[in-house]
This record gives sequence, C-alpha cells and structure tokens, in this order.
Amino acid sequence: MKKIQVKDLDLFYGDVQALKKITLDVEANSVLALIGPSGCGKSTFIRTLNRMNDLIEGVKISGTVLLDGQDVYKEVDVIELRKRVGMVFQKPNPFPMTVYDNVAYGPRIHGIKDKKKLNEIVEKSLKAAALWDEVKDRLDKSALSLSGGQQQRLCIARTLAVEPEVILMDEPTSALDPISTMKIEELINELKNKYTIIIVTHNMQQAGRVSDYTAFFLNGELIESGPTDRVFYNPKDKRTEDYITGRFG
Amino acid sequence: MKSKLYDKIANIYFYVVAVFLILLLVSLISYILYQGRTKLNIDFLTSPPKFMEAGGGIGPQLFNSLQLLIITLIISVPIGLGAGIYMAEYAKPGLLTEIIRLSAETLSSMPSIVVGLFGLLVFVTMTGWGYSLVAGALTLTVLNLPVMTRVSEDSIRSVPNSLREASYALGATKWQTIVKVVVPAAMPGIITGIILTAGRIFGEAAALLYTAGMSSPALNFSNLNPSSPTSPLNIFRPAETLAVYIWKVNSEGLAPDARQIADGAAAVLLLMVLIFNILARWLGNTLYKRMTGEK
Repeated sequence: MKKIQVKDLDLFYGDVQALKKITLDVEANSVLALIGPSGCGKSTFIRTLNRMNDLIEGVKISGTVLLDGQDVYKEVDVIELRKRVGMVFQKPNPFPMTVYDNVAYGPRIHGIKDKKKLNEIVEKSLKAAALWDEVKDRLDKSALSLSGGQQQRLCIARTLAVEPEVILMDEPTSALDPISTMKIEELINELKNKYTIIIVTHNMQQAGRVSDYTAFFLNGELIESGPTDRVFYNPKDKRTEDYITGRFG
Repeated sequence: MKSKLYDKIANIYFYVVAVFLILLLVSLISYILYQGRTKLNIDFLTSPPKFMEAGGGIGPQLFNSLQLLIITLIISVPIGLGAGIYMAEYAKPGLLTEIIRLSAETLSSMPSIVVGLFGLLVFVTMTGWGYSLVAGALTLTVLNLPVMTRVSEDSIRSVPNSLREASYALGATKWQTIVKVVVPAAMPGIITGIILTAGRIFGEAAALLYTAGMSSPALNFSNLNPSSPTSPLNIFRPAETLAVYIWKVNSEGLAPDARQIADGAAAVLLLMVLIFNILARWLGNTLYKRMTGEK
C-alpha cells in the first residue's frame, strides 16, 4: 500500500485558492522531490500532510489525505500524526537549549522520562543524523553554538528522535553552504532505507541527485509526477519541460 | 561636509547624555548614602523604632519591606505572567482583547494613592482585615499587574515563531510548547519585568499608607504562631514598610534624631534596591545560562 495517498486536495487561504485538486501518491521508503517556482504551493502542500496548516487562521481544506490508509484529518489524532510525520524546516530552528535537550525534547513531551532511555535515544538519533562524532563531547553546550549545517543536522536528529515514519523537508539546504548541503544529501540517501522522505527543493540538481520520484507544481496545481528520471528526461507536459530546462522559474 | 558635522554633533550629544545620566545616578546615590552614613550599622537595621527617644532603628520596617516584596511577587508574578501568556498566545484580535488592553493601560496610569484608597476600601474595610500586610500585597498587585502583564506579553511575542513551529511539528500540544519552549525563551524579558515590578514594590509608599498601614508591632522572630500579632508569619498584621516609615518619620517624627533616622532609612532602602537588582540580574542570567547551556 502506498504510504501517503492524496486525493482531490483543495486548500484555501481565505478566498485565495492555494492548492487545486491535488492527487498524488507517495511510495514507502522512497524520496519524493517537489519542484516548482516560488509560490506554486509546494510548501503549502507538505504542510497539509502533518496538519501544520491547522495553525494558520482562515485555512480551509477539502479532499482526503491518507496515511497508511487512514484519513489524516478525520481518523488520526493530530499529535499522533505529527509524531509519525516529522518536519525539517528551511531555516534551522534549534531550541535555545543544550544539544542534548534539543534531541530529547520530542521523546520527553511524549512521556519518556527514564534517563537511560533518553540517553540511548539521543545517541541513536545523533548518529543517524551523522552528527554524533561532532557533538558527543558537547551535548551540554548550547545548540546555538553549532554551525548552520550542524544545526540543521541537529534538527534532523531532533525529528528522528520521535521515530517518525515520514520526514517532510521544506528546502532543508537552501540556507546552507555546499559542503553542509552535500552532507545532508548523503544523509537523505541513507535515511530513505528506513523512512519515507518528501523534500521540497528549488534546486533542480538536488532533486535529480537525491530523489526517486519527482512532482512538479505550478500555480497550486500538480502538473505531473513520476519517477525522477522520467520526469527529468521525458516530461509529458510542456510546462514541466520548460521549467526543468530553465526556461522559467 | 554638512552630514559629517551633524554626525559629529549627534555623537557628542549622545555621549553627553550618557555621561549626564551616569553622573545623575552616581550623585544621587552618593548623596543619600553620605547623608545616612551614621546609621548604617547592625543595630539600626535590627532594632525597633523608639517612640520619643533617640537611637531607634528600622528592624521591623525593613523586614516588612522584604516580606511584602516576596508576598506581592508570589501573588502578582503568576497572575501577570498568566495574563501575558493569554494575551500573547490565546487572545484573538478583536473587541474583547482591545478592551483588556485598554483596561490594563489605564490601570497602569492610575495614581498610586488612588489605588491605595481602593485597597483601603476593599482589602481593609470590606474584608474586615484592617491594616495588614496582605492588604498591602493585594493593593500592590493591582498596581503592578499591568506592567508585569505587558512585559510578559512583549517578551513572549518576541519569541520567534520558528521555535513554536518546531515544537508543534514534533507533536507537542500548545500548552507544552508554551511551557517548555516559549516561556523559557522569553525568560530574560520576563525577569526584567519582575525586577521592574520588585523595584516599584520596594519603593512604594502612597499605596501602602492606608493598606499595610503606618504602624508595625515589634516582631518576635521566635514566635511561629501565624495568628499572633507579633509573629512574622502573621500576614494579617499591620506592616509599615521602610518607604512609608521614611515619610512618617519626616512628617511627624517625635524622636530627636528623626532627621538622621530618615536619612539612614533612605540609604538602607537605596542599598536594598541596588542589591536586589544586582542579585536578580545575576540569578536570571545564571538560570538562563543553565537552561540554554551556554559556555
């Protein structure tokens, strides 16, 4: 069964329609890249998957979003949903706390208090985010003392600590330097064995390097989607071809 | 060039203002400490006042000031912080919120003597408690709530939304986000609010004249019976504070050394405020560093 199934999803910010009848499936343990020009609805779309749009006033949604067959707006508790579908943001946003407390935040709010268990989770998550070696001697130092690339990997570790099934990444490397970007792309390649990843990116090359599937958005509509190689080298829609070859966007 | 000249003039102006400010503060502090220097000893700080003889002290009044400070903070900080959290995180922009804001702002511009008379009516007369520490504490809460609320609200609003989003995305509830992320991040601002409030409480006189009262029984610190009038644990006793005492001694002091007592009390009050400010800042900084793990 597909991990996520979206059918006829409409989203309105007040009177403005930001998403128009989006229908898209996401395979488990794959990386899906969402590409498209600024303002086309990619970020809005992934925020519907973990119901982060609920936090915005005046948002109206219709259509269905299914996670493992269950309707995310009707059958799944929103706290539970956000545990299972994690999110990494464009600008790294670690809490102004120690490195340890940042990673332990998720497990703690879900009720884990045992010190030993927390230590294990923190170490495991930092290792999975390829950050452990760099911070293992500084777990009690402020997370804000890390570099940008390290902070973003910390945010990834923080997300992994709650053991999600899906990880949403909203332009995770656009604020980072090329070396950090490369490290995170390598990370994504490893993570997809255990998780389903959806990544919004402005960077066509990145989409090509990192993803198995690609979906092209334009003006709130899903123009086309499919295996990355096919979409890039054999696009069905002219608008896709124009965007990919750089004629606009 | 004209713009360079203006730049230079502005620079000089700002430096002058800064120096002036510092000189003002230093001269004020020096003058008061100098005037009161004869009375800065343990005897003065611990003995009770004498009625018509020389050599009285400010012991009970000093204790009352400190106790009033603590009790007022215990009451007003949770309420102010709660109101600040409500205004920043829960209140929806609209008529009700505007009314709340207007009420708070008006309350903060009320003359303290007027609030004191309100306290007299409600906390002294209507409740039947008479002049009491608790009446003073409640009156000061009314006086300081707007400041505490405003400062809390502003500090909380200034916490970037990206932190809230990060918390929600991990599956936290709104309350968990507020308690574990937002309020700790707003702590420096909130502590400033507490320090401001404490300064006002410590120096307040007009609002306490007719609430905490202008007399204080001599306190027996070994008396732990909360219903006894000489017990420090009795918050229903009349509790003249240091600021009120200064006023009283100056206006109707019958002891021959009234002038020195007033000067000494003023110096002590000033020192207490300075010490409190420094301590609170230090405590706040240490707490913040502990929480955020700074080197």
